[in-house]
Amino acid sequence: MIAIQHFLTLSSMLFLIGVFGIFLNRKNIIILLMSIELILLAVNINFVSFSYFLDDLVGQVFTLFILTVAAAEAAIGLAILVCFFRNKGSISVEDVNVMKG
Amino acid sequence: MSYLDILTIGPELILVLFCLVSLLVGSFYDSIKTSGFIFLLTIGILILIAILIYISPYKTIPAFGGAFIRDAFATYFQITILISVVALLVLSKDYLIKYDLLKFEYPILIAFATLGMLVVVSSENLLVLYLGIEIQSLSLYVIAAFRRDNVRSTEAGLKYFVLGSLSSGLMLFGASLIYGSTGSIEFKEIFIAISSDGFLLGIMAGLVFLISGLAFKASAVPFHMWTPDVYEGSPTPVTGFFATAPKVAAIAILLRVLFDCFGSAVESWQQVIIVLSFCSMFLGSIAAIGQKNIKRLMAFSSIGHVGFALIGVACATEEGVAAVLIYMVLYVIMNIGVFAFILNMEREGVAVTSIESLSLYSEVSQGQAFFLTILLFSLAGIPPLVGFFGKFYIFSAAINSGLIWLAVSGGIASVVAAFYYLRIVYLMYFGAKKELLTGNMPFTHWLLLIVTATLMLVGTINLFGLEGPARVAAVSLLN
Repeated sequence: MIAIQHFLTLSSMLFLIGVFGIFLNRKNIIILLMSIELILLAVNINFVSFSYFLDDLVGQVFTLFILTVAAAEAAIGLAILVCFFRNKGSISVEDVNVMKG
Repeated sequence: MSYLDILTIGPELILVLFCLVSLLVGSFYDSIKTSGFIFLLTIGILILIAILIYISPYKTIPAFGGAFIRDAFATYFQITILISVVALLVLSKDYLIKYDLLKFEYPILIAFATLGMLVVVSSENLLVLYLGIEIQSLSLYVIAAFRRDNVRSTEAGLKYFVLGSLSSGLMLFGASLIYGSTGSIEFKEIFIAISSDGFLLGIMAGLVFLISGLAFKASAVPFHMWTPDVYEGSPTPVTGFFATAPKVAAIAILLRVLFDCFGSAVESWQQVIIVLSFCSMFLGSIAAIGQKNIKRLMAFSSIGHVGFALIGVACATEEGVAAVLIYMVLYVIMNIGVFAFILNMEREGVAVTSIESLSLYSEVSQGQAFFLTILLFSLAGIPPLVGFFGKFYIFSAAINSGLIWLAVSGGIASVVAAFYYLRIVYLMYFGAKKELLTGNMPFTHWLLLIVTATLMLVGTINLFGLEGPARVAAVSLLN
């Protein structure tokens, strides 16, 4: 029997992989975008499993909204990335350094 | 969904319709003329909405099954946000024309961001909270990268995007844990669940994630890393916008979530807020000392001010909340004045943002230097001015609720912070002889600079009657 703990473990692991992907990755900004998607999908797993175990539909409705917003977010992120690439000629994380910080 | 629900969110609906229609009009008739027209129309609509919200009779009754409420707290913050957005739009027009940035998307994006802030302030439900924050942030990412042929601006947008999305992710993860532990996403239900079932481990974890996500938006230390870079890279009117309305909205959401959801478990979040506030105050004041760019300086100044506001949140009393409400309004007024000045820092048609370039500015324009000095004194919290009273309310609330050491460290931090504000004043009056700035200022900027500076002096009499509404709003939040 798969209990809620298993789902929670899976989603927490995915979430942590996403967060570490943002902070440890030194190569490519596209990987940052992928990490962000991973975080949001981990949250979705959380919501769906809670919704199933609580027998409550609200969690699944929340998931649909998150999916929609994630799509919009990816679109905006890529658009900004394209603008950045045009100016800088690179999408390496190390090149995002005109301003210190 | 009933007729009454529609009436309750009427002002927001008008704003949505306006945004969508003007987006269509703008893309079909794209010219500098339509851009200017849409710009003026946006200002008009935002003023109209502020009036509608003020006179709206549909308060206290939650709409959409308890997902949305326009109580006194929401009204107070919505009107503050709308006024600051209108002031910033008025300020940005001349700058945008001068640097060839006047595109029709600018006012529409600002209007969308405002919509997000209005929604988020009156949310009573984690889903509405999330959607409101995303409407706001997604528009802000784009505005930060608005000067798209400039490497700094796009880099600012990119950094803001990555860290902003991370913060939304953290916030959502917290929301999901809270939903799982309490079985509901409605603030009221969560409150009841915590009161009856106690504070479970899942709620604790969810609360920590939720607070860190919101602290990102409010740029409280240790979640502040994006602030200086984004402030420096964005076009100056956008920086001014970031420093005012979104800050107010972030503090408002924090208050809303902490008191509406977790009001019965104050001791569980008080420590977290105290740490955030302490770190923000000191980092904001110490790190600002070495800055050479005035926009970066304002970023650290805003981090410091968020720290002061968080002292009031940490009090968890009616007095503390009222003090935060007053403080945020004063903060916004001072920032509008300062940015009215920063927008006009230029030399031979090129915008300058270094602090050094302000040396001997009093020789360029006695008046501007004088009014800016008043505003900076007020930001530093020097007694006869209004900024002092904002801090005074916060500190006295902290002392009354037993957080004496936090109030004392707040006092020390504000003394440290006074140094870098006064350094600008020193440079303006006694700086080294250098190439001077041009110092031209359009009429509207002059007007706003004078009005805000005068408010700093006149407000000492009764704080423009802010105290009454702030108390009412605080009471409506806590009950």
